[in-house]
Amino acid sequence: MSQKVLLTSDEINIILHRLACQLIENHLDFSDTILIGIQPRGTLFAKKIKSILEQEHKISDVKLGFLDITFFRDDFRRNEKPLEANRTEIDFLVEGKKIVFIDDVLYTGRSIRSALTAIQSFGRPSEIELLVLIDRRFSRHLPIQPDYRGRQVDAIGEEKVRVCWKEQHGEDVIYLEKQ
Amino acid sequence: MKTLSTNHLLGIKYITPSDIDLIFETTDHFKEVINRPIKKVPSLRDTTIANIFFENSTRTKLSFELAQKRLSADVISFSAAQSSVKKGETLIDTVNNILSMKVDMVVMRHSSPGASEFLSKHVKASIINAGDGAHEHPTQALLDTFTIREKLGEVGGKKVVIIGDILHSRVALSNIFALQMQGAEVRVCGPKSLIPKHIEKLGVKVENNLTKALEWCDVANMLRVQNERMEVSYFPNTREYSQQFGLTKEILDSLSKEIVVMHPGPINRGVEITSDVADSKQSVILEQVENGVAIRMAVIYLLASKL
Repeated sequence: MSQKVLLTSDEINIILHRLACQLIENHLDFSDTILIGIQPRGTLFAKKIKSILEQEHKISDVKLGFLDITFFRDDFRRNEKPLEANRTEIDFLVEGKKIVFIDDVLYTGRSIRSALTAIQSFGRPSEIELLVLIDRRFSRHLPIQPDYRGRQVDAIGEEKVRVCWKEQHGEDVIYLEKQ
Repeated sequence: MKTLSTNHLLGIKYITPSDIDLIFETTDHFKEVINRPIKKVPSLRDTTIANIFFENSTRTKLSFELAQKRLSADVISFSAAQSSVKKGETLIDTVNNILSMKVDMVVMRHSSPGASEFLSKHVKASIINAGDGAHEHPTQALLDTFTIREKLGEVGGKKVVIIGDILHSRVALSNIFALQMQGAEVRVCGPKSLIPKHIEKLGVKVENNLTKALEWCDVANMLRVQNERMEVSYFPNTREYSQQFGLTKEILDSLSKEIVVMHPGPINRGVEITSDVADSKQSVILEQVENGVAIRMAVIYLLASKL
């Protein structure tokens, strides 16, 4: 297996700050906006964005929830591995709010399709945007594109993008791995 | 990634402690789902489930149907009273006819112990036992122990007494297995005529005095006297039964600690439990019903993922 560093810790840091600023451009004080981290891998990334918004841009009380899409996926019984659910934590009404889905990697678009269905269980948002750290261009199965992207990557099918966070893996780094 | 060790849920004695852990973890997620404004998920939209009830049921049948519908499964329900069973059709023929309509899973209640195990060996579908005679009622035991876990933090180390008609109760047997599997201590209490012989061999102590049993326990699971299964009289009369084994507010208040009161339903108010106990804050009877839907969603979801 070969491994190539896609983004280093410093590069990730710059991208996180840029994405936070882009969000502020569109959402200003975030009073009508809810950030939703997609379980499991979008949650830590979403927490980091929230922390930058609150600590460095002094935006108070940014609402953040976590959405699990397991029961809304379209590959139930089609996947070799059984699907394992995660916790959904959405303690507020999303009716009429602007939602920003946050996930680490956008690949086929099927997770986001599931998330679009799942969020409707909590009300009808006025609009939904998508923020991703890595956009795997040319890999989409569905017509879904991000509104905010960290880095666009041309990766072929058997390649894998692995996102590591300091809190879980010891350092912030993103690899492109080839089996 | 975790999965159940079995393709059917025939009884608690056929599953493992890690199966119970997985079912409970999944139930936690479904409990969150059924408290959303929209309580439905699309997971099982290509799954068809038949509910075959050869015995009467209100709660279990409704609970299973609701669980299946909240998972978006297609559901067909069948009661023996309105079926060809009355015309002499055998169990296997009835079920095979239903399965030829491309049914993936069968939830069955039957008056004969072992009916669902028999079925699992003869038909190609995932079978869930919704009660077979006086044998097992696994989803009831799962929801009872899930409710204890939710109320008291964990099941392990807790003292649970099952009170009433143990002899005719599938709920008692499944509860004994499920509680012991999760590390709880179990006693049974009731008239001697309604306690099965040799029940001690299951590792269960027998207590004939209600107050002593209640003083000992953290949780009291009150069972109904199953008159429909009694061909002879097991105690002089209902009044005497309720005087000796009925749970009243006076007894509950006289105990040195607050215990949790459970009942699998249907309740015979004034016989095994008085109304003020059934409706008291120590009673978790309605929580049991709510958890029943979430437990059944988890069991169906986990079994369906193995189809």
